[in-house]
Amino acid sequence: MFAFIARRTLAVIPVLGVVAVFVFLLLRLSPGDPAAILAGETARPEDIERIRAALGLDKPIWTQFVTWLGALLQGDLGISIHSRVPVATLIAQRLEPTLALASTTIVASVLIAVPLGVIAAWQHGSWIDRGVMVLSVLGFSVPVFVVGYLLIYGFAMQLQWLPVQGYAPIGKGLWPFAERLILPTATLSFIYVALIARITRASVLEVLAEDYVRTAHAKGLPEHRVLLRHALRNAAVPIVTVIGIGVALLISGVVVTESVYNLPGLGRLTVDAVLARDYPTIQGLILVFSGAYVFLNLLIDIAYTAFDPRIRY
Amino acid sequence: MTTHRALLATALVGAVSLAALAPTPAAAETVLKVVKHSALRVLDPVVTTAYITRNHGYMIYDTLFAQNDKFEAQPQMVDTWNVSADKLTYSFTLREGLKWHDGPPVTAEDCIASVQRWAKSDSMGQMLMRFVKDIAAVDRKTFTITLTEPYGLVIDSLAKVSSNVPFMMPKRMADTPHTEQVKEQIGSGPFKFVAAEFQPGVKTVYVKNTNYIPRKEPPSWASGGKVVKVDKVEWIAISDHMTAVNALIAGEIDFVESPPHDLLPILEKAKGIKLHVHNKYGLQGMLRFNHLHPPFDNPKIREAVAYAINQVDYQKAWIGNPKYYQACPAMYVCETPYSSDAGAEGKLKGNLEKGRQLLKEAGYDGTPVVLIAPTDVSSIAAYPVVSKQALERIGMKVDMQAMDWQTLVGRRAKKEPTAQGGWNLFHTNWTAADLLNPVMNAGFNAGGKERGWFGWVDDKPLEDMRVAFAKETDPAKQRMIAVDAQKRAYEIGAYLPIGEYTQPQAYRENVTGLLDTPTTVLFWNVEKK
Repeated sequence: MFAFIARRTLAVIPVLGVVAVFVFLLLRLSPGDPAAILAGETARPEDIERIRAALGLDKPIWTQFVTWLGALLQGDLGISIHSRVPVATLIAQRLEPTLALASTTIVASVLIAVPLGVIAAWQHGSWIDRGVMVLSVLGFSVPVFVVGYLLIYGFAMQLQWLPVQGYAPIGKGLWPFAERLILPTATLSFIYVALIARITRASVLEVLAEDYVRTAHAKGLPEHRVLLRHALRNAAVPIVTVIGIGVALLISGVVVTESVYNLPGLGRLTVDAVLARDYPTIQGLILVFSGAYVFLNLLIDIAYTAFDPRIRY
Repeated sequence: MTTHRALLATALVGAVSLAALAPTPAAAETVLKVVKHSALRVLDPVVTTAYITRNHGYMIYDTLFAQNDKFEAQPQMVDTWNVSADKLTYSFTLREGLKWHDGPPVTAEDCIASVQRWAKSDSMGQMLMRFVKDIAAVDRKTFTITLTEPYGLVIDSLAKVSSNVPFMMPKRMADTPHTEQVKEQIGSGPFKFVAAEFQPGVKTVYVKNTNYIPRKEPPSWASGGKVVKVDKVEWIAISDHMTAVNALIAGEIDFVESPPHDLLPILEKAKGIKLHVHNKYGLQGMLRFNHLHPPFDNPKIREAVAYAINQVDYQKAWIGNPKYYQACPAMYVCETPYSSDAGAEGKLKGNLEKGRQLLKEAGYDGTPVVLIAPTDVSSIAAYPVVSKQALERIGMKVDMQAMDWQTLVGRRAKKEPTAQGGWNLFHTNWTAADLLNPVMNAGFNAGGKERGWFGWVDDKPLEDMRVAFAKETDPAKQRMIAVDAQKRAYEIGAYLPIGEYTQPQAYRENVTGLLDTPTTVLFWNVEKK
């Protein structure tokens, strides 16, 4: 296992290397000019040229790449073209809201979706099963922003139980932190509950038809033990895979929720940086996302061994 | 039942515990929470002309002069000033008690360095410097500007209200090259920037500058006494308009600078919300031709378009409610000092027949017009669609290319023909304060491929008129030149104004004292009760 973890950790280096080269080139080849954006509406072409030179964007691409790579190897992600704030600082400022939202969403989704999926499979064909499936289809079909606006209208505008928008760091108190995450979490969980519940239902249904489940019933085991110990555990690998993919998607997929609830997270930072062609910020963010994806996949692979002892690395 | 009660009790205890963990509000501090038209990222108002950065400048910096609501330049940081009889030497003495936010007094040397840095970036500043022989400090509080020949816009340039505004900075900051951003945020204005709380694109915090000594005169636009009546102003960036409107109605924020016009009916019905247009001159839409390449290198084809388009169509498509838009052919914007209809006779009213006739006379050969169209800026997105329709109705072929605004900004700088990534037509909006005369109005810049603004109008008579306007010191003659320049601009089709609109601000009724301005809402004089 240790060798596996070491091997996978070392594999991060070439992955990030390829991502770095690819992203760098892609950005330089895509349309848009950060100097023109920075200069503003009334800037003349000669002003833009001067700003481009001041930012080093007039140098050949390979020179820019070597400069960036040199700094990166020393742990320096560069400085935002627009705000002149180090990219590492920008990412650190935005990390907490995204991590908070992603964590609460995944916890809430798992806690709701797995039981729903198991019950739906157990009560296959019943109204409960149909209800869960309807919920699942709704979760896939209704856009996140629509769910967000509806929840805001109901719980923030009409009932006034929760705030419309904003984020309070956990350092400002548990309730201010929690109250601003309830609606975003509910919004974002909607689709993940649908996804995980559906996969859980399908996996558990498949396992329930296995001989060993029939044997467990024949032994006279109570229903909940059959479901949890035998069915769910054996159905866990695909469920964990989906949860893992969900977590990975969440890191960058929170942008709509972050916009609707005005959460200053990494999703919004990414979109803003792309729109402003803030090359160092985009490059830094994508490297961080890539590293996080690789790390999450490693965690998922390790989790497999916990649920299925037959899997060994 | 017991289980239910236990659950309920647990929930209540949990809720009470959470509530108890909430921090106690700080002592009675007045905090104004504001949503501006965009998020602040660039902090140097000399490096960029972005309006949000200009607005940031108004918070923390002060200016030597400032315009009042009669478009008159008034002394602001300057106490007294005079001009020599030969109109070649201007002398300025600073007010007593001006201090930078970090403590030292404002000196003449600081102001000289600031003017020089600003003048390298700004179009009016560059024009001014063509006539400046020397800027020199006389003593700690006094400096002079000596000209090579009389120049009519010295004070107007220093009182410029929109980008780039000549804000004063400490010399150590103003010595930064004008293409590089300053590294500090130290001004002498009515608010101080809180660097520790700044999150680019998220939140900007300003606190009252308790050392600021306001002028005695009542405030008028950017001039007069800047009396700060709140302790703190927070600019909160909310990218989603609906969320900003909801937050305002829910009382989470106090002010929204640019609520989109389609959400105004919601705000009109909301309790406790006030809507008011603080910049009555508003904004003007612009249709800009690329004069370098066919078909718009032909003035007759530009004229055909001028007859074919209808200002009302553009503003109907974008604003909708006639309460907030008007047709106006004045390139300097209606009701401003040089406002005139000169040169626009019969144009901009949707005369398709005349458009077709002129197009035919021009010998239009079917060359497709590459119309670059931003889809992500709601205030501009409708314009290209209207233009496309009008151009096609007079017989032109239009290749409308959709893109995001930032791609458009890069694309419009390309001088190459359309086959090599160039363009023929784009649209934008300008705040009225940027268009008030032929020198500051970028559309009048006729310096051609080398010195012109995007579209690269090349016209010596127009360029000469701009210089003549700048040199003229008699206001009546200045007006005549400005009107002639507009006639010339219409004659050559420098650009086409496509209507004017105003943008109401929305705020809670407990916020009072907001001033009218020609640019952005300013936050001195504002109270929150």
